[in-house]
Amino acid sequence: MPPLAKIILRRLALGLLTLLLVSVLVFAATQALPGDTASAILGRSATPERVKAVRERLGLDRPATSQYFTWLGGIVRGDVGDSLVAEQPISQLLGGRVVNSAALVLVAALISIPLSILIGSLSGLLRDRWFDSATSLGSLALAALPEFVIGILLIMLLATQVVHVFPAVSRVNPNEPIWSQMNMLVLPALTLVLAVAPYIVRILRASMIEVLESEYVQMARLKGMPERIVLQRHALPNAVIPAIQVIALNLAWLAGGVVVVEYLFNYPGIGSGLIDAVANRDVPVIQAIVLLIASLYVGFNLIADILTILVSPRLRTGLQ
Amino acid sequence: MSDLDLGPDGGINEPLEPRLGHDSDLTPARGKRRRREWVQLLSDALHYRRTQIGLALFLFIVALAAVGPYFAPYSPSEFVTMPFAKPSSIAAFGGDNLGRDVLTRVLYGGRSVLILSIIATAIGMVLGVSLGLFAGYARAAVDDVVMRLLDVLLAFPQIVFVLLLVSVLGPRLWLIVLTVGLSHAPRIARVARGSTLEVKERDFVKAAESLGVSRSKIAFTEILPNITSPLLVEFGLRLTYSIGLIAALSFLGFGLQPPSADWGLMINENRIGLIIQPYSIFVPVALIAILTIGVNLATDGMARAMIGIERDTGAA
Amino acid sequence: MSRIILTVKDLEIALDPSGVEIDHEVNFELVEGEVLGLVGESASGKTTAATSLLNFQRRGARIAAGSITIDDRDVLALGASQLRQLRGGIISYVPQDPGSALNPALRIGLQLREILEVHGFGSSDDERRARIEEMMAEVLLPSTKEFLRRYPHQLSGGQQQRVVLAMAFSCRPKIIVLDEPTTGLDVTTQAHVLDTIRDLTRSHHAAAVYVTHDLAVVSSLADRIAVMYAGRLVEIGPSAELFAGASHPYTRRLLHAIPVLTGRRTLEGIPGFAPRPGRRPVGCAFAPRCAYTVEKCAAEMPPEALVDEMHRVRCWRHEEVRGQAPALAEEDAGTLESGGQEGLITVKGVTAWYGSKEILHDIDITLRARECLALVGESGSGKTTLARCIAGLHPFKIQGEIDFQGKALSRLARNRPRKTRHAIQYVFQNPYSSLNPRKTIAQILSQPLRIFFDYSNDQREERLAEVLDLVSLDETLLSRYPDQLSGGERQRVAIARALAAEPTVLVCDEVTSWLDVSVQASIVQLLVRLQNEIGLCMLFVTHNLALIRSIAYDVAVMSEGRIVEYGPTDEVLANPQDEYTRKLLADTPTIEAHSLQA
Repeated sequence: MPPLAKIILRRLALGLLTLLLVSVLVFAATQALPGDTASAILGRSATPERVKAVRERLGLDRPATSQYFTWLGGIVRGDVGDSLVAEQPISQLLGGRVVNSAALVLVAALISIPLSILIGSLSGLLRDRWFDSATSLGSLALAALPEFVIGILLIMLLATQVVHVFPAVSRVNPNEPIWSQMNMLVLPALTLVLAVAPYIVRILRASMIEVLESEYVQMARLKGMPERIVLQRHALPNAVIPAIQVIALNLAWLAGGVVVVEYLFNYPGIGSGLIDAVANRDVPVIQAIVLLIASLYVGFNLIADILTILVSPRLRTGLQ
Repeated sequence: MSDLDLGPDGGINEPLEPRLGHDSDLTPARGKRRRREWVQLLSDALHYRRTQIGLALFLFIVALAAVGPYFAPYSPSEFVTMPFAKPSSIAAFGGDNLGRDVLTRVLYGGRSVLILSIIATAIGMVLGVSLGLFAGYARAAVDDVVMRLLDVLLAFPQIVFVLLLVSVLGPRLWLIVLTVGLSHAPRIARVARGSTLEVKERDFVKAAESLGVSRSKIAFTEILPNITSPLLVEFGLRLTYSIGLIAALSFLGFGLQPPSADWGLMINENRIGLIIQPYSIFVPVALIAILTIGVNLATDGMARAMIGIERDTGAA
Repeated sequence: MSRIILTVKDLEIALDPSGVEIDHEVNFELVEGEVLGLVGESASGKTTAATSLLNFQRRGARIAAGSITIDDRDVLALGASQLRQLRGGIISYVPQDPGSALNPALRIGLQLREILEVHGFGSSDDERRARIEEMMAEVLLPSTKEFLRRYPHQLSGGQQQRVVLAMAFSCRPKIIVLDEPTTGLDVTTQAHVLDTIRDLTRSHHAAAVYVTHDLAVVSSLADRIAVMYAGRLVEIGPSAELFAGASHPYTRRLLHAIPVLTGRRTLEGIPGFAPRPGRRPVGCAFAPRCAYTVEKCAAEMPPEALVDEMHRVRCWRHEEVRGQAPALAEEDAGTLESGGQEGLITVKGVTAWYGSKEILHDIDITLRARECLALVGESGSGKTTLARCIAGLHPFKIQGEIDFQGKALSRLARNRPRKTRHAIQYVFQNPYSSLNPRKTIAQILSQPLRIFFDYSNDQREERLAEVLDLVSLDETLLSRYPDQLSGGERQRVAIARALAAEPTVLVCDEVTSWLDVSVQASIVQLLVRLQNEIGLCMLFVTHNLALIRSIAYDVAVMSEGRIVEYGPTDEVLANPQDEYTRKLLADTPTIEAHSLQA
């Protein structure tokens, strides 16, 4: 088996192991807590009948390990269970939301990644000139602000008296596909873009600067290579390589970033779904969404690792 | 945006001098040097304008939060005007969703965010640094196991992690602080471990080992003093994220509960009045923005100072 | 008389933006086809002077004034496109570290090809391919498709340097600038590369400027030598003349500091240190350290004086200096002979691993009381590993036995009894990383005192002063931090730290590799003195065969984890039995051969 395939398989196996442990953690945090879980879930609306019903639904009378394996078995088979609150299979409940969130993340990624690479590289190239100083300060500010603050500032700018362009609150019609309601997507996507962009810009800038000061770029210049070729052939490719990991990590972050942003814009995705579920103590839904988000996280990290190996000749060929 | 352990801004700045080959016999710089690295870092960082501005902004908010309540015209739960009333002589920034004075609530609303954030960050630092130092200096096998376990925690975005733990137990403040701190720990541990790995290879650590000094003593007296710079910078970053997280949690309704005065909570409560009475949202938003930007600016200044210090001490 | 193809006039290089001067009033010329050695120690400004020949400075420095003329054109006044044509086409550069000079993401074939393409060499791809094949053959590398498709990290250090050489010569430039191109290479590889450079310059009729800190390396290669000190060119002249009769006190002291392979010689370092940019005195920069100094020296910088046509020097008293005995006079200082002392440390059949790889195979050596054993080998020979095993610093598996005073030692220092730990002390190679930058010198030196002895505060202070005195350092250094000390001072502190533990055995692991030649000499001097005064048993690990003459009684030569030769120093060096030892001796650059010709 080629060494590359071995490495990928090993990472995959590790990823799966991580996910397994993640599932244990998710389960333990919601269903295996000390004390009476059923009462805790129902809170103030706990009546003896309701508590009994919840206990039966979740199988809380059985030992924790058996509960866990039942739950896990279901997930592996594709059956995520039923919502405690909505009396509906979770897959039905969340299906549309998953699509919506995916659309949101996709749009955000498609905009932020190329834009940030461009801005970041330019900043590195034009180091210390006005463009670089402006983007540096801008990145610093944006990186500091919590996402909901960015969102609200955007709303204030674009959706109110100042410029009434986009709707402040998404009135997305759940019965129609998201593609036909794109303008509902704009503000939340823009918020995500602004939240993520500073990090990619920063890493690209740093990477570009490091590459431009590297020995091999100096050497290329000392060989008499024209600047254009130095940048294209020697500098840029080497600058982007370390950024790939960061970009993938950013995509991973988006999986969690949607939570606050969707809530703010009332966008019907898994983020706002999670908030609702937590508010309602809908344990099976909470478990399902958190597991989904964590899986995406682990998945993107895996992709980041593999891409880095593929793209770096030293790692690719130096496998022994 | 707390899951990206990028640390400081690559710190690519003007080199102080071109590398002149071996430095081996230059007249050494007999200038003033501070004993503790973190003191050196802070004093160097203060030379940068951005650190000064950042610190000023931060201190402004701290002052506001600390003494604000003494200057408040009313009590935070007092109804003084109509809901969403425009600014007037009664209420300088108008009324909030229930007719309470926005100015008063803003003056009272900073303490919770600040105090909770600082405590959460501190918890995260203590846990994270200990774990990272331990893993970095331990045998490879132990290091591996610890890092794999931390990877499990890292699979959760910080806010999702907190929500998960809070979902069944409810939004108690101590729980929030603890879980936010816990969510920071693996990320800080990664940074601490990275620095530890680099320092432990240096010969002075081996020299101490050859003298027979115990491993834990080496970790605390040889290694730790040499990683304080990146850790200080990390603290600044984590503080920024803590503030964002805790404000967001209140915004989502899982932090401080009504009728408490809290900036994050205020933003959520007054959202519907955005068009009529923007000040009720804008003021708390602006204050949170000032706070986070201030901390981040100061942290960036520290990051730049750190690069300078590393160069001087010849981090080989 | 050959013609002059390059003239450097009044070159000034300064830091940017501070304007602090690095190089000042540098003048020299290059004759067609000759090799000029540009020699200097740290902060001499030699590298910045060399790169300016291509009108290039790193970020942080700039060429402030002067002219560099090649064929009636001033390099410093060229426009961008003319400069590009010059670089690689008329004058080429060979950097110090080939590994980082080659783009890690591009195949070497492409990197070789692009320089030809850019300079319009050859009128077709086939011609260019033929040229590459020609070049690779000259540097003794294959030009197969498979080889050219490799990435730089798939080549060894020596191969990388030869690729860079091929690139530098491929467009048939008139001048090559080589910046310490053999640093970091093994002695054997270094010898190869030097031969390659010699052959290439001859076959291409190219002139070369060879920058180095190592006079020995350049002695056989250079026709003329230029010596730089503190940013000024202090002496320039034909090699033979310089070696036979140097006219500048610094050049003489530098020659005195170089270890030789024939006959024992006391090495002499130069007291003091070189002034860094910004701290250079008004007059002659060497005056504070010079034995010939008079009042005039400190007041005024000596102008260039002609010794003869191609030999110039900057010294007020150069005639007297030249009149002294030849710089490389041999001193008959006798030889170091083993007095048959008892074995203090015996290594018996030791095999050691690094992870799962076996790197030491069946080693047997003995360290005798009050004597010094040299452990010589190239990188990868296992010499450092063996030294670490003895000191208890090797964390992997060890088989066999190491005895100290007849008793077997535990593998790790941590597990050894206190008495043994303090008896065997280790001095590390790199003075920049062996001292904790966050501790003062006093704290660093106190550590062994606190661990091994029960001193009161007063006693400890006394002992600190004693130990510093042993290594000729001043008490005022106690309150300073390592980064406030020079490299030589730091290494002395490291030695003092070892001495503070009152050891019987001192293991010195390449303790001079990171130091300038003149500093190296004073450290070796120090060690010899300590050996005589305290009667230490020493293990002196080095890759420099010439160095051991001055200090070692016996020598063990290592190669690939085995001891290939073992015996008294003089015998081994005079009559090497093993093939590897002979090769090592032959490849070690020396000055003797040259001075004998004079």
